[in-house]
Amino acid sequence: MPAPLFWFFAIVMLVFGALVIINRNPVASALSLVVCFLGLSALFLSLDAFFIGIIQVLVYAGAVMVLFLFIIMLLDLRAEERRKLNWVALIGGALVALALLAEIWSVIGRTKIAHQVLPALSSPRIDDVRNVGLLLFDQYNLPFQVIAVLVVVATIGVIVLSKRELR
Amino acid sequence: MTTLGDYLFVSGTLFAIGFAGVLLRRNVIIIFMALELMLNAANLSLVAFSRFRVSASGLPNYHAQVLVFFIITVAAAEVAVGLAIIVAVYRARRTTHVEDLNALKF
Repeated sequence: MPAPLFWFFAIVMLVFGALVIINRNPVASALSLVVCFLGLSALFLSLDAFFIGIIQVLVYAGAVMVLFLFIIMLLDLRAEERRKLNWVALIGGALVALALLAEIWSVIGRTKIAHQVLPALSSPRIDDVRNVGLLLFDQYNLPFQVIAVLVVVATIGVIVLSKRELR
Repeated sequence: MTTLGDYLFVSGTLFAIGFAGVLLRRNVIIIFMALELMLNAANLSLVAFSRFRVSASGLPNYHAQVLVFFIITVAAAEVAVGLAIIVAVYRARRTTHVEDLNALKF
């Protein structure tokens, strides 16, 4: 991917990521999160990770965000009423986040491999899904089955949690 | 050309945005969305490392992409359970504001 396109998608992703935490209306936050995830999936495609990019759109921008919007509708959350802001906590939190940002930037700036440019692949068209699938079902077969158990447990847990009263 | 540092820079910034959201917002659902941002920032740096570490056969390192696949699966399960817990809390307390959920506060 050419550099201008990379920066376009990166800036779209970061701006909408920031809008997620700036918006006061939860529905607007959720929709900003969808755009943020679409930008992220474009960045995955720019890294030749086509499988992950498609999964990102299907799972996050599709399933997870529908779940978020559904819960927001179910709880009937409106834009939160103006509360008295706790300025000490707000400024303290912003300072801690900015300190983390500065630390990440300085570490990346001092890392030697950060100046590496995109290395060429053996061919421009790679069998991305095939390679990930081979690794997943061959070398990572046991973790894959553990994940399956986890998903079953999560499904049962959600059903138990959403029952009105437990007997 | 884009370098590895560019991707790590974007990923780190996204992580810091999510971290700021967790610290600054008081609505549980927004905090949850900020958590998702942090998870996805980690995914972006994993995929970037995978692409920039090309093996001898000229393919990206797919181990990192398998790890990202697992992270996405676990995150989806986590979202389902977390939102169910939020709904249960809302039924009991009629609020999603973390400052009202202070039963464990000393």
